[in-house]
Amino acid sequence: MSGVLSGAPAARPARSRLRFEGDMRGLMALPALLFMGIVFALPLGLLLAKSVQGADGLTLNGYARVLGDAYYRGVIWDSLTLAFRVTLISLLVGYPAAYALARTGGVMQVLLFSLVFLPLTVSIIVKTFGLTIMFRREGILNWLLINTGLTDGPIRFVFTEMSLVIGMVNVFLPFMILPLYSVIRMLDGRYLDAAATLGAGPFTTFRRVVLPLTMPGIVAGSSIVFAISVAAYVTPGLLIGERYMTMSMVMAKAFLNFRDYQLGSAMACVMLVIALSIVFASSFLTRSLEQRGGR
Amino acid sequence: MATAARILSAIILALVLIFLIMPIAIVIPISFSPSTIFSFPPTGFSLRWYENIRNADGILRALWLSTQIAGLSTAISLLLGTLCAIAIVRGFIPGGRLVATFMTSPLMIPGLVLGIAMLQAAREIGLRDGYAALLLAHVVVTMPFIMRTVLASLALFDFAMVDAARMLGCSYPAALWRVLVPNILPGFVSGALFAFIVSFDNYPVSIFLVDVRTKTLPIQLLNQLEMSPDPTLAAVATIMVVLTILALLVCDRLVGLKRMAAV
Repeated sequence: MSGVLSGAPAARPARSRLRFEGDMRGLMALPALLFMGIVFALPLGLLLAKSVQGADGLTLNGYARVLGDAYYRGVIWDSLTLAFRVTLISLLVGYPAAYALARTGGVMQVLLFSLVFLPLTVSIIVKTFGLTIMFRREGILNWLLINTGLTDGPIRFVFTEMSLVIGMVNVFLPFMILPLYSVIRMLDGRYLDAAATLGAGPFTTFRRVVLPLTMPGIVAGSSIVFAISVAAYVTPGLLIGERYMTMSMVMAKAFLNFRDYQLGSAMACVMLVIALSIVFASSFLTRSLEQRGGR
Repeated sequence: MATAARILSAIILALVLIFLIMPIAIVIPISFSPSTIFSFPPTGFSLRWYENIRNADGILRALWLSTQIAGLSTAISLLLGTLCAIAIVRGFIPGGRLVATFMTSPLMIPGLVLGIAMLQAAREIGLRDGYAALLLAHVVVTMPFIMRTVLASLALFDFAMVDAARMLGCSYPAALWRVLVPNILPGFVSGALFAFIVSFDNYPVSIFLVDVRTKTLPIQLLNQLEMSPDPTLAAVATIMVVLTILALLVCDRLVGLKRMAAV
């Protein structure tokens, strides 16, 4: 009878044909899996293998050079602190912006939302190009600063760490705002009313109610922004170049200029480990938040 | 105090939006300015940089290559990814969730790492053809975006309709093509547009795979930017921004931006 319930014809031959077909339909996944196995997973495995391959047999020489050398340790540290600064600023600026965005309604919200979304789809080269124009001596930033009387003369932005951080925040901020926005939008306004009724001030309400409820968005946004900042290449390359060496820059130079594949592969593997740790840490945090929330 | 916080956050939002749009908007007046240096405010109006695009041979060739690579890689991802997504959603294969994670995992890998891995693999098997290497790599880059949108669309699709078509005499592939495909077309279009943009804009993977004859647009633009920055780039950038906005409007019509951003 179960055959009838599941909609399959009850007759025997028909069922065996279906059965056979079911097996065949599993093959639909095969081309994609084969492709990704050969073109994606295999090269990554090869990269790991190359990073420990020496002239004769296995060696950790590449890693010793990357992690043992004060210069390369400094590069890793600089990449991490840069990503941290970009993430922190994006969070501090993005949170209130996402909050305001989630609290506007109707057509206005659609319009403002598109303005956050549009930069995500515009080429990063175009945006970084725009940023270099903004930061120039006679660019719009200095024009604004001088005309509003904030500064007397032009400020030097080009090739400074400040312009690097501002530029990266500009490029990666939407990745912070979007997850925050989607969490804050779900926030039930009655919780805020309840907190107020119980005598909590705005600050206490924010700290005890809003912040814990929007924590998943904070975790998601921060981990995305940190992960893409630590691996960023185009924006630092154009805004500051070799004045601020990052892991990406070392990797690219090792492969494209010095042809030092062992060093480049080892650095790439270090970055891979950092990127994957962020992914795992954020999914672990999200899961423990969900458990604490009792969902 | 609550109203003060509300006003403050609204002001921050306004400033953030201006900040986000500024580098994109700034290239437009620059592209119409007659002078060779990027100064603000611009003086006068000229179309010389747009005329100049025609002479910039490298840019046009790169544009054509990027269009081909993005189009082909999106099409391949769409075909392979959709078949795989159907098998996952219908439970034709064991460990569907794991497979889905695997298919979207290139998103977790930094672009440069992916590029370096592909470069070494291409060298190892003796793949000298830049075009083929680029295309293969871009299928990997676009696959996660296709998988995510198609999986999300399929979750909402009622497969009983495919069974109905089968009972009415359609073969399984024909049922998929004539019933499933039209039904999840919006998901296909938004996924494909997103994948196309991602491939078209990819720099960190491509940089390791291009050679002198095969350069994609982002690589060519960045080369030009480092060599001889002039407003021709602003003209190209303006055209790209306009095309992007048009693509977004199409997407918004078909699926709505919010849904696209969420999946």
